[in-house]
Amino acid sequence: MSSDYEISDDEHEYYEYDDEDEEMVDAEDGSASEIEVDGFGNDFKVGVRQERKIYEVDYSALSQPEVERIMQADVDHISSIFGVEPPVAAILLRHMNWNKEKLIEKYMDNASAVAVAAGVELPPREPTPPPSKSSSSRGSMAGPQRTTRRLSADKGSDSKGKRASPPIDAEPFVCPICFDDSQTEFLSLLCDHKFCAGCWKEYITSKVRTEAECMITCMAEGCNIAAPDPFVEKALADDRETWSRYQELLVRQFVACIPHLKFCPYPSCTYTVSCPAAATKSSLTQIVPIVTCGASSAHVFCFGCPIDADHRPVVCAVARMWLQKCEDDSETANWIKSNTKECSKCQSTIEKNGGCNHMTCKKCKYEFCWVCMGPWSEHGTSWYSCNRYDEKASIEARDAQTRSRASLERYLHYYNRWANHEQSAKLSMELHAKTEKKMEEMQITSALTWIQVQFMKKAVDVVFRCRMTLKWTYAMAYYLAPGNQKELFEDNQRDLERAVEELSELIEAPIDPETIMSLRQKVTDKTVYVQKRNEIMLEDTAKGYLEGRWRWNTHVEGFDTD
Amino acid sequence: MAVSSRRLQKELMDIKKEGTPVGIELLKADDFSKWILSVEVLGDTVYKGEKFALMFRFDNQYPISAPAVQFVVDDKWSAPEHPICASILGSEWSPVLSVVSVCVTIQSMLASCKVCPCLTAHTRAALLTGRGFSSA
Repeated sequence: MSSDYEISDDEHEYYEYDDEDEEMVDAEDGSASEIEVDGFGNDFKVGVRQERKIYEVDYSALSQPEVERIMQADVDHISSIFGVEPPVAAILLRHMNWNKEKLIEKYMDNASAVAVAAGVELPPREPTPPPSKSSSSRGSMAGPQRTTRRLSADKGSDSKGKRASPPIDAEPFVCPICFDDSQTEFLSLLCDHKFCAGCWKEYITSKVRTEAECMITCMAEGCNIAAPDPFVEKALADDRETWSRYQELLVRQFVACIPHLKFCPYPSCTYTVSCPAAATKSSLTQIVPIVTCGASSAHVFCFGCPIDADHRPVVCAVARMWLQKCEDDSETANWIKSNTKECSKCQSTIEKNGGCNHMTCKKCKYEFCWVCMGPWSEHGTSWYSCNRYDEKASIEARDAQTRSRASLERYLHYYNRWANHEQSAKLSMELHAKTEKKMEEMQITSALTWIQVQFMKKAVDVVFRCRMTLKWTYAMAYYLAPGNQKELFEDNQRDLERAVEELSELIEAPIDPETIMSLRQKVTDKTVYVQKRNEIMLEDTAKGYLEGRWRWNTHVEGFDTD
Repeated sequence: MAVSSRRLQKELMDIKKEGTPVGIELLKADDFSKWILSVEVLGDTVYKGEKFALMFRFDNQYPISAPAVQFVVDDKWSAPEHPICASILGSEWSPVLSVVSVCVTIQSMLASCKVCPCLTAHTRAALLTGRGFSSA
């Protein structure tokens, strides 16, 4: 034990020198703080960082207006190619899930079919195709149409027998939804199905707010004509909240259609992350695309899977398998396997909780020996002791039991460490609050300035982040195939773990005005060292993915089995 | 007056003035939250000679949102809890549809049904409310 401590002390000594070098380098970066906890503070800063670490992924965060600009560019492009109004182009693109190439190809093939399916053109009528409509409709439907301006067209639509609404000139038009004859303002899409402005507003609001639907179609039964954005905006009138919700839905629909975009999963966040490097499934065996949206540095999530946290260094597929395993009841089954035996005749599950080895199955009354699992009749009169331990059948039965017990123990070994780091990380956040207090105290009791007492906060942050890394390394180690690579991995893991525990201990130490300076030195040094170990851990695993160095002990989605 | 009440009042007036289509009867419409109508399947079908009662429940979003429609068995008004899962009462609902037009649709759904006539009304109601029956 003592020699072990010696070694670690030496190591510590060695890195202290190293740390100073790093501080120097960081100071050159123009950083204001003394200890630059690099890779934590800056890890997730978007954009301009020149040297990207090997375990980081190239991505950019986009705000909603930025995504809207990208959408607008696509819309303008389509609009100019097809010669249609931008709102029409937008509906066409939404209809084709923003697949521009496919839209262009299909539109060139049969423009009318695409336009009808998207709801920007009236379907051709079987007996008498409408004389004026089909040619003029596409260009003219961009904005909302006031029916008062289209009296002649109304007659046309009535004669086509679309909807049995009373002729305009005979009696005043009444909205067929609310039958409120005090309504005077009516709106319709290019299909000329007129409804009062109030009903349109109700309808669109209900679609947007309760159904989260951004593809609004005409209210008439079976009518597929889509409402272009200017119409929606006009119908919603002064309801700006619903209008902005509508726009957000449009952005979400766009983002969902584009593989290299992902919406920030944090509640009420409207940022989008673009990560072309992780857009394909196969890329997820080589990188762990942890990103953060531009809204807050706390919005950390994985681009490749639904985990809303940093699960480096484990790739998505393994992280998912691990979480699934931890959630599954399969572990209950494991317990049953380890603690019970099956009656060798009727297969009922039996837990022996006392008594002698002469078992009688409650269900089938089969008598057997708990030790060797063989039938009791063969034991003759040798009660209470089994001398048939080496019978072949008995050995097999016991082997199966041992294997299952070993696998459960193995799982628990990793799970306990995983859970422990998670728990400790939570505690370290509680500690954070206490640390804040400590720092205040320190400012009063010592000559240190605010900047100088920040080392405690940094240390806590580092501990938290490293515990997260450690947590996931246990998930990874559980699935790593035994061999040299796994041993190297576990060496790195051990080094990081030891360093983290030491730092944890330091930051929980009582603060004494006399020793503050030396404590500060120790914590600062240790923080940098821990962070360095974390870098090594992450870098090595990331390199391993790129080199295809990691071998799993089970089949992992996307990896070759060998 | 709320839109839903005015609209239902208008539908009620139309029914009183013009009557209902053949085979459809208004049994109960005491307020604007729950109506009960009966539907008789016309022609030579497996449901010949039987009357089905339909309960309509409206929220104040009607007619923007579809009414909840379900079968009520016998005269006891005790119904299976599931509303009918027809597409016109879900994704294909349009605010221009009315109580009577929903009845007509269900009437024709029943008319085209090829279920064995020995099933009880209750079972049939359950069948119609099941997920499999979504073609309106």
